[in-house]
Amino acid sequence: MIAIVDYGLGNISAFANIYKRLNIPFVAAKTSGELKQASKLILPGVGAFDYAMDKLVESGMREQLDELVLEKKIPILGVCVGMQMMASKSEEGEVKGLNWIPGSVKLFDASKLKHKPTIPHMGWNQVNPEKDLQIFENIEHEQGFYFLHSYFFECESNDDVLATSEYAGKFSCAVHQDNIYGFQFHPEKSLTNGVNLLKNFANI
Amino acid sequence: MLRSRIIPCLLVKNKGLVKTVNFKDPKYVGDPINAVKIFNEKLVDELIVLDIDASQEGRDPDYKMIENLATECRMPFCYGGGIKTVEQAVKISNLGVEKIAISSAAITNPSLLTELSDAIGRQSVVVVFDVRKTMFGGYDAFIYNGKTKVKGDFIKLLKEVESLGAGEVVINSIDQDGKMGGYDEKLISRVRETIDIPLTVLGGAGHLDHIKKIISDYKVIGVAAGSLFVFKGIYKAVLINYPSVAEKKVLNSLL
Repeated sequence: MIAIVDYGLGNISAFANIYKRLNIPFVAAKTSGELKQASKLILPGVGAFDYAMDKLVESGMREQLDELVLEKKIPILGVCVGMQMMASKSEEGEVKGLNWIPGSVKLFDASKLKHKPTIPHMGWNQVNPEKDLQIFENIEHEQGFYFLHSYFFECESNDDVLATSEYAGKFSCAVHQDNIYGFQFHPEKSLTNGVNLLKNFANI
Repeated sequence: MLRSRIIPCLLVKNKGLVKTVNFKDPKYVGDPINAVKIFNEKLVDELIVLDIDASQEGRDPDYKMIENLATECRMPFCYGGGIKTVEQAVKISNLGVEKIAISSAAITNPSLLTELSDAIGRQSVVVVFDVRKTMFGGYDAFIYNGKTKVKGDFIKLLKEVESLGAGEVVINSIDQDGKMGGYDEKLISRVRETIDIPLTVLGGAGHLDHIKKIISDYKVIGVAAGSLFVFKGIYKAVLINYPSVAEKKVLNSLL
């Protein structure tokens, strides 16, 4: 059973609707108890880093997530701020991240952009896989995915970079280590590619 | 490479979709949910839905309608209309709406922009400017569905809104609205040189060539249209339409 972590942020219903249409069972988990039955996890998120971390801790699910992800090695997919929270820290705020994948979240350097607009990175962009994993099966890389963010995840280790995209330079738009996947873009709103990615995750 | 966004913009009045000309004579064109379903099939980049009466009627956004639209919409969704407080914006954001658009509230309560940006993130805060040409070659912003002129220099307003926390600006030309005679390119140029944040232009698209020109001039920009994606032919029969994947490649100068 896929558990979508519902700690108050992120487009839960978009993920729910996709899994409903795919006939893949899921639950929107609001408490630690509801997480326990999960065979896979989705951690959505939008908005500011500190606020998201605070909401996650407030929800009471943080400790259970640490245990499920780091000890039980349950596959987890983080999206947007959900992915950024997996880092050690963010330039956007003061609160420490979950530190599941060592790295820090940085602001795009607008001076590197050849023309306007600058920040946020908004729209459909290509995603270039660095690792050949099942999660990217049936993905049309030219079509890409939808991005909406001003900060990006800089991994400490290149081994953790799952995919890159191009905006003010090359940046890692997907991260991966063992059972942990993180995507900067929004698969829940990226039409066919997004549906396929979420389906692939369900089949891992 | 980041592509330009081609965006249908739907206007809602009394729960129905309408189209206007110069912000007047709204004509009913259909049911919003049906339109969203069709746009899903057409693999649309992004969608904007604006409730054109909420602010002037002084009422709350129609949360049930927004929830239904958000649930149906498979692409990034921007909603605007009647949003005046952070609580309303957060509530709407949690219904599954990626971006919140404000228009009159950005003028009557500018600090709301900063509060919204803190609450839901700058990338989700959109300011919509409805704009008319002045007699002297400049532009004035209007609120409440084009009825009330905003005092103050339009260019200055743009800069303020950017510095207060807007993540995107939508510029809507009242003069070109519904005429399908092309975008106001002078207006677009003025706005693009004034602000750095993402810009989306609306008002006047009558042909895909209009879209192609704007994208060619600005490389990365949001190009929105109402009539073009809702009507077909010289008699303006209602037919929801959108460029195919191949047509989009041509519009983006990728083919």
